[in-house]
Amino acid sequence: MNFLYAAYTATWIIHITYLGTLVRRYHRLSGEIEELKKK
Amino acid sequence: MSKSSAVPSGVTGATLAKDLRLEWRSKDALNSMLFFSLLVVVVFSFSFDPNAEESRQIAGGLVWVAFLFAAVVALNQTWARELRNHVLDAYRVSPAPANSLFLAKASGNFIFVAVLEILMTPLFIMFYKLRALGPAWQLIPVAALGTWALVVNGTFFAAMSLRTRSREIMLPLLLFPVSIPALLAMVNATTAILTGELSAKFWIVLLSTYDVVFTIACLLLFELVLNAE
Amino acid sequence: MKRVFPILALLTAVLLSCALYEALVAAPTEQTMGNVQRIFYYHVPSAWTAFLLFFINFVCSIQYLVRPNPVADKLTNWTVIAIGIAACIAAFVIRPLPEGIEPSSVATTGLAIAGFYFLIRKCFSQPRTDALAVVTAEVGVVFCTVVLVTGPLWARPVWGIWWTWDVRLTSTLVLWLIYVSYLMLRRFSTSGQTPVLAAALAVFGALDVPLVYFSIWIFRTQHPQPVIGGGGSIDPRMLHVLLINWLAFLCFAALVCWSRYRLEILQREVEETQALEALLEPRSSR
Repeated sequence: MNFLYAAYTATWIIHITYLGTLVRRYHRLSGEIEELKKK
Repeated sequence: MSKSSAVPSGVTGATLAKDLRLEWRSKDALNSMLFFSLLVVVVFSFSFDPNAEESRQIAGGLVWVAFLFAAVVALNQTWARELRNHVLDAYRVSPAPANSLFLAKASGNFIFVAVLEILMTPLFIMFYKLRALGPAWQLIPVAALGTWALVVNGTFFAAMSLRTRSREIMLPLLLFPVSIPALLAMVNATTAILTGELSAKFWIVLLSTYDVVFTIACLLLFELVLNAE
Repeated sequence: MKRVFPILALLTAVLLSCALYEALVAAPTEQTMGNVQRIFYYHVPSAWTAFLLFFINFVCSIQYLVRPNPVADKLTNWTVIAIGIAACIAAFVIRPLPEGIEPSSVATTGLAIAGFYFLIRKCFSQPRTDALAVVTAEVGVVFCTVVLVTGPLWARPVWGIWWTWDVRLTSTLVLWLIYVSYLMLRRFSTSGQTPVLAAALAVFGALDVPLVYFSIWIFRTQHPQPVIGGGGSIDPRMLHVLLINWLAFLCFAALVCWSRYRLEILQREVEETQALEALLEPRSSR
């Protein structure tokens, strides 16, 4: 049973980690856009 | 695509002869590869010290892993030489078809790696007390097809990794995954021949298919890679 | 267009929750394996989604390589149409088909291949196919990772082993390795022609996968391995749960790809603007 929960949890951890990297990249990109707009 | 019809054999032959001559004069790559192969054989012999029957089961895998590493060392050297003195740019500008350059490089690499294998094999036989229980002559097509499989993709990926940071590590990273079916075939064919238990025919057919498919793919796509800047 | 995203997100969330409930509670418990078998409802849809994404990557790579050249482009178009027609014909002419394969699935696969090819061709310009290629490769690797993690977690309690070199597992691992190397090439390449190199690598990977599958299949018939996921029929209630989970994950993958795609396009625009700025900036201030 533990394996079942471990598998489901692992799946979502992987997906959420990836989404997290996307969010971080987006924030960094927004920063660059702000910088470009200032120029 | 328009350049691929010109006289391939003349240019290929000339480029190949040039590579071999250069190598014979400097013996850079050959010496380092030789010593590296010797080290690999010795280290493997320390790590695995089986008796005669066991060694027949595992020798296939060990030998090909050792050859794979030696091939990577050889392949890394191939294009590096071309980058110095901007020889690669000269090729791009010349009317010579990109395919002939590729064939020349791949054939040169094939000869180097084959020489390495010929030198390493007696050492392996000695250290592992190997004796083929199956038809030993089949080892020759296996070795030839297997080496070509590694070299043809290796030459292509070496050209690709020229334009990357961490060039030397990029080559094995790109080469190993794509070579897995060929490696599987080589190792299993060798084991089948050494142990004499199974037929190596399927594996030889698979290796031939792999060689044909990827040689064609490399020839078709090499021009793109050569011209990428 | 902008309103579609939140609606799709909401729909996906609902679908995923339903699918989770079905998988954990509503689906019947398997006889031999017990509750652990429920991993199946996450493992298999993830695998199918990953394969679909990698397939889209392959189509994008081919298009990126082929479209600039009108002759090659036409040739490829006709080849794809020929594949679709050949699949339909083969489905009903070849007898007997290998076990477990239905004529309808062969025909559908052929038509789907052609359909996807022309759909992508119509909707994406040549530079954008490259963006789509990156996106599907990344998201595909994520889903493939899920497959490779849930697989051993399922195998361990059921067969007592974490891993075995059978056809499906090894092919999936090789696929994962090829696409990780693809992503590394993208990241480490300093060339201006990275898309071309990456596309070439994707084509190599695609050629490799059937060879891997075939070689391991031969390997397996020579050295018998534990039979994994035996053929034969599946309980219709389980099939229903499986399909719901697949639909949920497809919607989720579509959302993630869409977000990543927007991010990629935005990033390219920013880079172009930065490059332009660097060119146009007065020489003294640098």
